[in-house]
Formats: sequence, C-alpha cells, structure tokens
Amino acid sequence: MSNALSRLLETRDWLMADGATGTNLFNMGLSSGDAPEIWNLEHPDRIKTLYSLAVDAGSDIFLTNSFGGNASRLKLHGAEGQVRELNRAAAEIGREVADASGRVVVVAGSVGPTGEIMAPMGPLTHELAVEMFHEQAEGLKEGGADVLWLETISAPEEYAAAAEAFKLADMPWCGTMSFDTAGRTMMGLTSEDMVKLVRGLDNPPMAFGANCGVGASDLLRTVLGFSAHGVERPIIAKGNAGIPKYEDGHIHYDGTPELMAEYAVMARDCGATIIGGCCGTMAAHLEKMHDALSTRPRGPRPTLDQITALLGGFSSASDGTGDDVPAPRRNRRRRG
Amino acid sequence: MSDEEDIILADLDDEELVQQMMDDLYDGMREEIEEGVNILLERGWEPYRILTEALVGGMTIVGADFRDGILFVPEVLLAANAMKGGMAILKPLLAETGARTIGKMVIGTVKGDIHDIGKNLVSMMMEGAGFEVIDLGINNAVEAYLEAIAKEQPDILGMSALLTTTMPYMKVVIDTMKDQGIRDDYIVLVGGAPLNEEFGRAIGADAYCRDAAVAVETAKTFIARKHNQAPA
Repeated sequence: MSNALSRLLETRDWLMADGATGTNLFNMGLSSGDAPEIWNLEHPDRIKTLYSLAVDAGSDIFLTNSFGGNASRLKLHGAEGQVRELNRAAAEIGREVADASGRVVVVAGSVGPTGEIMAPMGPLTHELAVEMFHEQAEGLKEGGADVLWLETISAPEEYAAAAEAFKLADMPWCGTMSFDTAGRTMMGLTSEDMVKLVRGLDNPPMAFGANCGVGASDLLRTVLGFSAHGVERPIIAKGNAGIPKYEDGHIHYDGTPELMAEYAVMARDCGATIIGGCCGTMAAHLEKMHDALSTRPRGPRPTLDQITALLGGFSSASDGTGDDVPAPRRNRRRRG
Repeated sequence: MSDEEDIILADLDDEELVQQMMDDLYDGMREEIEEGVNILLERGWEPYRILTEALVGGMTIVGADFRDGILFVPEVLLAANAMKGGMAILKPLLAETGARTIGKMVIGTVKGDIHDIGKNLVSMMMEGAGFEVIDLGINNAVEAYLEAIAKEQPDILGMSALLTTTMPYMKVVIDTMKDQGIRDDYIVLVGGAPLNEEFGRAIGADAYCRDAAVAVETAKTFIARKHNQAPA
C-alpha cells in the first residue's frame, strides 16, 4: 500500500522529521498542566504555526498535536469524550499545512502512551488498550493523517496493542520507544529486544526507532544497537536537544542547534533513515540539522567513543546489550 | 534449576531463611515471602525485626539493582507486591507494638500528568524502608498538595512530573509554599525521568531523586539532618 511516507522513502535515503511539540507550545502560551490537545479546537491558529515551524525548517515529516489524545490521558482534563474530535482536528490542521507546502510533507498522527501499566502487573487490559488506540487512530485517519506515529512507549505489550489497533484502523504506522533507563526502556527492553519485538508483530511498522530518552548520546547508542541487527526497515532517531534546565521561568533544553546538527549527521551514520528531534528541538535546531544533512557527506559507522567525544557521555555504562551487562546481586530461583 | 524446587523454608535456620527471603523478594515471590514471615513469627521474632532485617533488607537490594540498571520496573513491581504480602501480615502486629516510622511523606504526580509508575515505585520503596506514605495519586493541583500537607503534617513532600508540559508545575507548587511562608517547614523532593539535579535546584526543591532507590536514600539523609538540627 502506497502512502506519502513510502513514496518519499523510495526516492530519498534520509528524511527529516520534526522537533518538539510541548516546548514550542509553551512558548505560545500553554500553561503547565493543561492539555495541549485542547488547543486543536481552541487555538487552531497556534497549532498551524507549530506545524509550519517544522515544515519551514525543512522537515519532511511532522507529528500532529495529539500525543496525549487517548481516552486515558484526556480523562484528566475531562475531555475523554472528545478523543475523536480532538484527534481529527489535530490531523486536519496538519493536512492543511502539508498540502499548502508545495512539496510532499508527511502528516504523522502522533499517538503517545496511555500512561497505564498493562495487565497482569497493572490495570490496563490488552483489549482496552487496543480499543483506546483504535479510537484515537480513527480520529487521526478522519482528519487526513498519512501515517500514524506511535512514540515514547516503554512496554512491549503496549507497542503490540497499538499495532493491533492500527490494523483495525487500516492505517500504515511508525513506532518509537523511549530508552530512558540505563539505556533500556523503563520496562527493561533493550534495543535488541525491540528489533525482535518489531520482527514478531503481525502488523509491523513501516519504520521503528527511538525517541526522547536522556540525550543525544544515549539515543545514538540505541540506534547503533538497532542497526547492528540489520536494517530491514527504516530506523527512526528522534532525540532530545540535551537535557532540561529551568531558566527565567521557563524550560530550556541545553543542546545547541550546532550540537543537534552533529547529532543528525551522526544519527544517519549510525544507520537511521528518519532523523528528527524531540523535547527542546526548536526551529533553529531543525534548520541546522537540515543544513547538515543536506550538505555533509555520509561517514563511516561511528564508534561509541566517537559519539561521546562529540555529543557527551552516556547516562549509564551499559545499555543491556553485549557482554558487559551487570550481574544481579541476588541468586535467582525458580519463577512462579 | 532443578534442585531449587526442593527448598523447604521451614527447614532453614533463621539466617538461611532470611537470606532465602531476600532472594525470594528479589524474585517477587509473594507466597514464599508470606510463608517466611509467618515462620519467623512462629519462631518468636519481633515483627519489627522481620520488617527491617528480611523485608527492608531485601528491598534495599532490589532498590540498588534498580538504581544500577540491573532490575527494571516489572521486576520491581513484582518485588513490591511480594513485600506488600509480608507487610499485610506485619502491619497489624507493628501497630500493636507501637513501632515507630522513620518519617512521613506526602507524594503525588502534578496536575496534567498521568504518569505515576515512578511515583508508585517511590511510594512502595519508601514504605518498604519504614516511612509512612500518603499517596495523593495523579493530576494534583497546587491546592491538593497544600491541603494534604496541612492535614498530614509530613516531613517530606514528594512531587513527580514526566512531561515537558508538566515539569514547571512543580515550581508553581514550591512558589506557592514560599508565598505562604511554609516552604522551609518541609523537605521537598522531586522526581521524573527527564529531570536532573540542576533542574531540582532551579525550581527550589531540596533535591532531585533519579529513581526510587535514590529517593529513599535522599529521604533518610534529609530526615537525619533535620533531627540533628532539631532543638534538644
């Protein structure tokens, strides 16, 4: 099945995705604690500006303002009855911006985690998770999203539930996880584990990868982990622009546009095809990233030492792959 | 491991049993922990000694391996569940003997943020370490925090945020406490995956805690400091 993303991937060997959503919306006046998705209806002009920032900086793909647009998250704001409407609006505004750009730009319908722990450890059943993701997917589809874009996932069960839901919506999709805990996801998944997870799905994503997490260095270590197992489908790298700092009453991420340009080129050398930013990545960062990706040649696959030399140290010595995995402090006996 | 099936907890001497309970806590084996607690009670152990030596001791190891990236959230949830099984037996007995808690904490995820996995881990690990924990759940406005600390008079206020869009709200709470002149009456600890120490300081918290294990260590340090400063 052909779509805007698959057509771009046929002709290009790298694509640039977008940067931050939350950080940009703060600059437009979003209050801390409020749901960004409500703005799709209340301030569509600002959401249009948000998308245009990415498109004008050269992004080939941008994510819709619907990260927290599932029933579980919107319930906090009493908006669980508006899932379809808010997601449809997020994609409609995106469609308008993409179609007016004069080139092929992919509207990717962002789908974030439910925030619940899945059964048996937590209260969220597989069926309910599929239902929530499906509801959101239908809204994004109605609004004209080209693909769905699952992001910041920690649990393999949740990733699989979304894959199933997107099949029900009959939509192509991409999906990234967040490797923020000692190089693994919060649930302990390594980069290698994710490659296996993606391979085993009935409805696999068009592209998979990592987003958010701890910083550019960690993210590239994860990308190296993915590409070490072959590149059967495009790899996505969407790292944060450094780490958050609190300055003059607002959040600022300390990664400079120049640093993010280095990160972008290095991400491509690590094996990523779709490269973007996450929290703290503003238009100025995207412009530098686009310049660097357009003008600088590809290089050899970087080593871990080269990554840390250019982008800073890792948050943990090991990322759970290879032979240097730390040993448990207690003896394990039978399970269950 | 085939011979492992043969462990009979009641056949172990006290020291072996406590060691085995630490292993079983690590493996999240709730029924075995409950059995171990009951055996030690039958052998005449004080509830407080079982709590500290077997359960808190075991959870400290779980916490250390969580901190070091050896155990992850699913394993820690299992361990905490096993701990809860043991605590359910000990709690009424501890209440009878009037065993002290080492401190009290009010904790909650800030307004707009649903993510409570880390916060729940902190709650469980703090309880495991002997703290009394009042958990306000998710999505707490500044009023909810202030009401809870006025009512509960805790030693510690813990706040958690996981999103770029909710992190600054922790500063809103701290600033309101300052305005009311009550900021310094409490130890304020903050946490959440994207945060860091510098961020914690910038918003006026006493400390940023990277994970649940660090939260316990930090809480103990601050409580000890507070006691040292208290008038004799």
